[in-house]
Amino acid sequence: MNPASPQPPVSKDIGVLRAGWGYASVTDKIANLVLTRPVRWPWLSAFLFTFAGTLVFFGAIAYLFAAGVGIWGVNIPVAWGFAIGNFVWWIGIGHAGTFISAFLLLLRQKWRTSINRFAEAMTLFAAGIAGLFPILHLGRPWFFYWLIPYPDVMNVWPQWRSPLVWDIFAIGTYLIVSLLFWYVGLIPDLGTLRDRACASGRRFATFAYGLLALGWRGEARHWARYESVYLLLAGLATPLVISVHSVVSLDFAIGNTPGYHSTIFPPYFVAGALFSGFAMVLTLAIPLRHFFGLQDFITRRHLANAAKVMLATSLIVAYGYAAEIFTAFYSGDEYEQYMTLNRWTGPYAPVYWAMMFCNVAVPQLLWWRRIRHGVPALFILSLVVNVGMWMERFLIVVSSLHRDFMPSAWGLFVPTVWDWVHLLGSIAFFVFLFLLFIRFLPAISIAEMRELVHESAEEKS
Amino acid sequence: MSGKIYGLIAEFRTGDALLQAARRAREDGYRDLEAYAPYPVEGLAEAVGFKGSRMPLMTLLGGIAGGLGGYFLQWYSAAIDYPINVGGRPLHSWPSFIPPTFELTILGAALAAVFGMLAANGLPRLRHPVFNAPDFEQATRNRFFLCLPARDPRFDERRSKTFLQALQPLSVAEAPA
Repeated sequence: MNPASPQPPVSKDIGVLRAGWGYASVTDKIANLVLTRPVRWPWLSAFLFTFAGTLVFFGAIAYLFAAGVGIWGVNIPVAWGFAIGNFVWWIGIGHAGTFISAFLLLLRQKWRTSINRFAEAMTLFAAGIAGLFPILHLGRPWFFYWLIPYPDVMNVWPQWRSPLVWDIFAIGTYLIVSLLFWYVGLIPDLGTLRDRACASGRRFATFAYGLLALGWRGEARHWARYESVYLLLAGLATPLVISVHSVVSLDFAIGNTPGYHSTIFPPYFVAGALFSGFAMVLTLAIPLRHFFGLQDFITRRHLANAAKVMLATSLIVAYGYAAEIFTAFYSGDEYEQYMTLNRWTGPYAPVYWAMMFCNVAVPQLLWWRRIRHGVPALFILSLVVNVGMWMERFLIVVSSLHRDFMPSAWGLFVPTVWDWVHLLGSIAFFVFLFLLFIRFLPAISIAEMRELVHESAEEKS
Repeated sequence: MSGKIYGLIAEFRTGDALLQAARRAREDGYRDLEAYAPYPVEGLAEAVGFKGSRMPLMTLLGGIAGGLGGYFLQWYSAAIDYPINVGGRPLHSWPSFIPPTFELTILGAALAAVFGMLAANGLPRLRHPVFNAPDFEQATRNRFFLCLPARDPRFDERRSKTFLQALQPLSVAEAPA
């Protein structure tokens, strides 16, 4: 030991990280959540509950495959029901994770560091579940692979002019790129977990994390290429995430159904996606920091910043609603006008006004600093927004279809119990995956936290 | 000590100390240095003689390949292999081909970036001699290491050891081959 060598840095309070953390303490704190923390009852009870829900979800899928989509409330004219609404909702939730990890990286926002990992995991799970729903919705789901171009003996190719084919490319690319981005970010932390597990003599954990870490050893050239690629991936994921929900919106906007056929759809869908996604980030972050004692890393500054993004996107979504209404009346198209009046006063009017309450009225509370910094209030507000955005997706899908052009072809969609089982089951499955993630992988990027410790110590206070 | 060694490895407590040590070693004539850090230390790669990454070029090529391949796939299947008249639209209806072309450009670029990075870094490589160096499991936690590999022409076990000790590290050890 050489006593003359300089001491390692200790973090200062920079708002997004509290004071007093060093390389070793940050590493041990986050790694120990995975490696040494005993299983406690809040996690265990949530795990068992959502595991039961997951089993119900897969049981319901098996029944759906056996009995067909007739178990749902869908019929002509409303052939797109909950399944498509759920699909749009889930994929939108995923978008906030990519926004945090990619967009905020490009903008060099420090508050990204401690929330990007679990937000990316959220993206991955939400996008995966979203991808399930269009397949469940197919009458003959075993033929879903016909959407993928491959030289088959039938000599039939996908119809490239269809937004549904664009969709599978957008969602597929999004899933693969999100997975790569998440995994590349994880590699140094998997190396840390491997070495921590090895130091405490846990052979299986060393082996498992060692395989996943691919032999990462933190060499300077490796870090240089790694950082370069991480930045490039962020640059690629940013336009990708905007394209994905735009393509999803084209599923609707290309059709000439009143209420679908609108040029506001792509930006309005992307803003709604960020809105619901940031709500879900708060829904997950608040219990996570509470139960895992991460208040020093996920500070009130993080929550308040996410709340500000929610407020901004809520205003964009409100603008989207206003633009839809204005366009309907300005166009002079009687079907568009009727569709708008029908949303206000028709059979789904309660859903419409509840949506306005959740997505436009309630988020205005975020103008108050006390609400933005009040943890319980934010948690409740995030749940309200999640519900509100689900209602928006439901309304877009159903309210246009149920009364389109000819009154003789009108109909009503009433969800059956199976519609609800598939929706609630998918939520249980999502939470189940997230619970597994926080016990088996570091929920916060350890390597980036060490870098943040270094940066905060350099900063002049 | 006996037997072949991979190199000599010195342990430091901060990134700045490692950066200084790497620069001193370059000045002393070492050309083939390795430095290990628990987070990307700014300037360290240049200090050990890294010339700049070719990852952006790799990503660009992957993106171009993905985009051209995606467009060709659509044009070939819709206009050549299976021409089908849909509402009188042209067989080669290029505006409709843009969304999949865009997605496949991103996909090609991302795959090239990630797999190119792993290949250029020589990963996965589960075994490496530096893992056998004492205390090296701290390299992913809070310690910084400078390795002078035996393959470097300037390497001489005794002289290199003296050189490393002059840098005031926490310790100097041998990494067995």
